[in-house]
Amino acid sequence: MPSPDELKRRIEAAIPGARAEVRDLTGGGDHFQATVAAPGFAGLSRIEQHRLVYDVFGDEVGGAIHALSLRTRAADPHDQPVPSQ
Amino acid sequence: MTDHETRDDNPIRAAIREAIEEHSTILFMKGTPEQPACGFSARTVAALQSLGVPFAAVDVLPDPRIRQELSAISNWPTIPQLFVGRELVGGCDIVTEMYESGELAEVLGVPESAGGRPAPAADAPAPGLQVENRLG
Repeated sequence: MPSPDELKRRIEAAIPGARAEVRDLTGGGDHFQATVAAPGFAGLSRIEQHRLVYDVFGDEVGGAIHALSLRTRAADPHDQPVPSQ
Repeated sequence: MTDHETRDDNPIRAAIREAIEEHSTILFMKGTPEQPACGFSARTVAALQSLGVPFAAVDVLPDPRIRQELSAISNWPTIPQLFVGRELVGGCDIVTEMYESGELAEVLGVPESAGGRPAPAADAPAPGLQVENRLG
């Protein structure tokens, strides 16, 4: 069962310069909310930004990860970590 | 109907494409606008309804292939999915964010003042499982 820390690490490893905050919304290990900021998001639409994050997990979204709620934004490479909500 | 047809040009994919082309605002969701079967679908419906926008709705639950083919077309893994003018606008997160910022009203061509907090969807018996045309 994926943990918020695991999701955070995978997002940050897969998307260059990304800072992610991930919460387990239900405590059940399958509904997550992630806030992701990455310099590479600059100039991309929300759809494109979210796709980059979904792509990290492939078929797991909708499978082991039942729901992954996203908020994304472009970030300066040396930005502070995004605040958790 | 048999399970999991994988042909590229299967009838379900064609029907989905046709629905997206025929309806300027169409929501693929779990359940119906009157009886959403998932909180994310319910929130998306509530945002659209609070803007007073007519929209077509397709329930993806009756056949798993609907969801499968839709995601193949849209390159988007989750449900709901809102299309406006044949373009994927987003799922619940993006629609909610755009609703709050006023962008959704803009995309849908309604005055921003029509906004407000999304109202809970009304509880009513679910109609049939076809495309529900709310454009009339």
